Amino acid sequence: MTPSKDRNYFKQEPRGEITAHSEVATGDPFSPAEAEQVATLEQMPRGTSRYKLYLRRFFRNKLATIGLIILVFLMLAALFGGFFAKWDYTEPDFLALSEPPSPEHWFGTNDTGNDLYAQTIHGLGRSLTIAIVVSLATLVISAFVGSAAALWGGVAEKAVLAVIHFLLSIPTFLLIALVVADSGGDWKLLIVVLIVFGWMYQARVIWSLALTVREQDYVRAAGYMGVSKLRTIVRHVIPNIGSLLIIQFVFGVVGTVGSETALSFLGLGVKLPDVSLGTLLQGGTAAVQSSPWLFYFPAATLTLLTVSMAFIGDGLRDALDPNSNSGGKA
Amino acid sequence: MTSPVLSVKDLRVNFPSEAGSVSAVRGVDFDLYPGRTLGIVGESGSGKSVTSMSIMGLLPDYAKITGSVKFEGRELLGLSDKQMSEIRGNGIGMIFQDPLSALTPVFDIGSQLVEAIQAHRDVGKKQALKEATELLDLVGIPDPHLRLKSFPHEFSGGMRQRVVIAIAIANNPRVLIADEPTTALDVTIQAQILDVIKLAQRETGAATIMITHDMGVVAETADDVMVMYAGRPVERGDVDTIFSQPRMPYTVGLLGSTPRPDVSAEEPLTPIVGSPPVLVDLKQRCQFAPRCPVAQPACSDGEPPLIPLDDTSGHESACLRAPEIRDRKIGGDLMFKPPQLADDVMAGVPRDERPTTLEVRDLRKEFPLTKGALVKRRVGTVKAVDGLTFDIRKGECMAIVGESGCGKTTTLLEVMDLKPEHGAVVLNGKDAAGMSNSERRAARKDIQIVFQDPMSSLNPRLTVREVIAEPLNSLGFDGDVDARINELMGLVGLDSSQLDRFPSHFSGGQRQRIGLARALATNPSVLVLDEPVSALDVSIQAGVINLLEDLKRRLGLSYLFVAHDLSVVRHLSDRLAVMYKGKFVESGPTDEVFENPQADYTKKLLDAIPIPDPEAARRRRDPRPANASPISQK
Repeated sequence: MTPSKDRNYFKQEPRGEITAHSEVATGDPFSPAEAEQVATLEQMPRGTSRYKLYLRRFFRNKLATIGLIILVFLMLAALFGGFFAKWDYTEPDFLALSEPPSPEHWFGTNDTGNDLYAQTIHGLGRSLTIAIVVSLATLVISAFVGSAAALWGGVAEKAVLAVIHFLLSIPTFLLIALVVADSGGDWKLLIVVLIVFGWMYQARVIWSLALTVREQDYVRAAGYMGVSKLRTIVRHVIPNIGSLLIIQFVFGVVGTVGSETALSFLGLGVKLPDVSLGTLLQGGTAAVQSSPWLFYFPAATLTLLTVSMAFIGDGLRDALDPNSNSGGKA
Repeated sequence: MTSPVLSVKDLRVNFPSEAGSVSAVRGVDFDLYPGRTLGIVGESGSGKSVTSMSIMGLLPDYAKITGSVKFEGRELLGLSDKQMSEIRGNGIGMIFQDPLSALTPVFDIGSQLVEAIQAHRDVGKKQALKEATELLDLVGIPDPHLRLKSFPHEFSGGMRQRVVIAIAIANNPRVLIADEPTTALDVTIQAQILDVIKLAQRETGAATIMITHDMGVVAETADDVMVMYAGRPVERGDVDTIFSQPRMPYTVGLLGSTPRPDVSAEEPLTPIVGSPPVLVDLKQRCQFAPRCPVAQPACSDGEPPLIPLDDTSGHESACLRAPEIRDRKIGGDLMFKPPQLADDVMAGVPRDERPTTLEVRDLRKEFPLTKGALVKRRVGTVKAVDGLTFDIRKGECMAIVGESGCGKTTTLLEVMDLKPEHGAVVLNGKDAAGMSNSERRAARKDIQIVFQDPMSSLNPRLTVREVIAEPLNSLGFDGDVDARINELMGLVGLDSSQLDRFPSHFSGGQRQRIGLARALATNPSVLVLDEPVSALDVSIQAGVINLLEDLKRRLGLSYLFVAHDLSVVRHLSDRLAVMYKGKFVESGPTDEVFENPQADYTKKLLDAIPIPDPEAARRRRDPRPANASPISQK
């Protein structure tokens, strides 16, 4: 970037997005059409659209590209992998107890004869569903609460922040564990509980970002144009912190997969006969000496999932951040 | 003739970017002689700051710099950062634009000065402190020995800039580079700082490079002027020649688009059409040709070199038609035709017979000063706006001028809020205090605002159509919204084919036009303008000023206009109020206030404006003896 120190009278234009259409003054010697013609005489670089630029910057990051490929593969496996399974995940094969991987059972079976391939696919799907639903819901809640607090200001802002800080200071993991312990392993309740105790941190971050958007002139102008506060949030505040929201979503998925597997691993989240990656890992660790495949396959799947999401998150952050190093070289 | 202290030859700087290599500087040559001041002028993006940064070796590593920069015969390009450190602050001093960020907030200014002295000279702490005191005294800081222990936040912006200058001259540099030293400062402070720089130059005998976009500052300070455009010098000569006999159409245009604070303006300004080129993959031709009203086919054949003119010595121009240009005219015709303004719908109606659109009576705004962490006690009151009374008639522009912190913007926001705590705001005969919420919403149709910063006034995620449609949708519009949008685009001089583009695709001036279209959407009778042109380049600014003037005449709008730039105010406004510490110290018809100021503060303010004419500036400066400057002579 040009180290422009002229900032006070010249805010730097996003590079490569400068128009070929020229400044047109009323009553000037040119009509607008003529001026345009003059301005387009030369082949000015038309600039790349913002989204194309983001894509290009994202795919320039090799790890992020690999992460995306892995994630797409995992999602396809979760959606369609079940069609290739020879066994249902609940259906035990009593002729093959604790069998290592074989053509009949690709990932082997556990001590009750469940097909591990079918279980892993199902567990992956279950974990992904929980993660995505929870992450989306917390995102929506935190975006609204955070930007509303910033925009309304005054007493409303203070009250919301007090609630957020109170919730942040209590050990939520323990609380979640207490609430879901009696649920009998219902994954829908798990989703609700994870949402209820998961939105505060993001809301705090979004609030501080929305504060800077609040100070922008277009938000003030919207107020003077009679636009309601709610509409201002939807139209002006949230789109302008959109890149942060996308990144929050991706890392939210990683975080939720982590807490869900942790809870299930402790026997508090998803319970048998339903399986998630966490339940499978719990079964696997118990038998890691005698039948190691029971541990390795779910563990590898979980690692692939979280690592790919982390790569994608990093790639997105670099692509959306204009100050990162993923710019081109001359 | 003495040898130049700094000699720059064919300096070129390239930066990498997504769009390709950006040629920010494309061949700058100049020689700087001791005691002389070279003014480098140009609009944003013309490469003037990059030139100074490459001389100082302050550009990032990825910048590609070629050419030669010789300081006292020694080549500077290619020196390591460590070697450059010996020259920076010692041989070459630099004054930066922003005094707020040029000083470290965690050290007192004494330590910072001592550090600057000891970095280059082997002197004891005591001696360094003594020199620091003398330096502070020199730049006009009262009680220097007491202020050594003060921290930067205890100084005002102007005082901080003085400290920055003291640091820059601490080691008697041979060259002083001032990069927009006064852009961030108020006009009265600007005049003082320019005086301090002059004094510092006299004391050290240094050669100075004054980089600025303000033609007035150049006229007041420079001996020689270099005009830059698209990374290249396009005209060079001594200051009188450049201002009286410019021989490059760009310089002529730049001078024509600069409003004059010292003459009443009946004629509209002459803007330069178009925007500066994007400095990527430039074609071999005159870069100004697409904006030049007198361009010929030959101008597109190759870039004309900067060549000396035959008839005046020391004057160089990079224009093929330079020999034809005389007195800012070519072949006896004006090069830039002044635009035709619309007929004034309110012309001939005396002020008394015009209806009052906005009336403000005894407006006050106070902020409590509180103390205490848990229980806030009120310890005092800041009177941001202290009893303002004024009225604006139809088709009239009322300007409020004043320096930063005087309460101008607070006044505007109080008027826009339509909910004054103290005093009355009456819009078209309706008192805002008595309005219900729905009435207030309806009243917003009648009063709209245009903001200062074209970057932040438009939501970057909305298309132009959505931006302009917003007030129509939220405040209600009966007719065809699309037709209205097209009409508005035409009104502000933009092409309707650009409706689906995002604000980032537009230049600053165009964005300001979009903001104007949005404000005009609901057909308001009063438009509040908060420094609408101060963020724009001169040539672009002229176009927007003309547009504002044109709209006022055509639609009979009333403007409440706030500005710190008095030349713009003189050009645009009919009536003027000078604001100081929350109060009007003087108000009246603009020309009357300019020609016969009554209040001392107004006189001071008017005296401080730099005039873009070296002769007029000298005439005014000469009777102003040294004791008028804030520095006490020793």
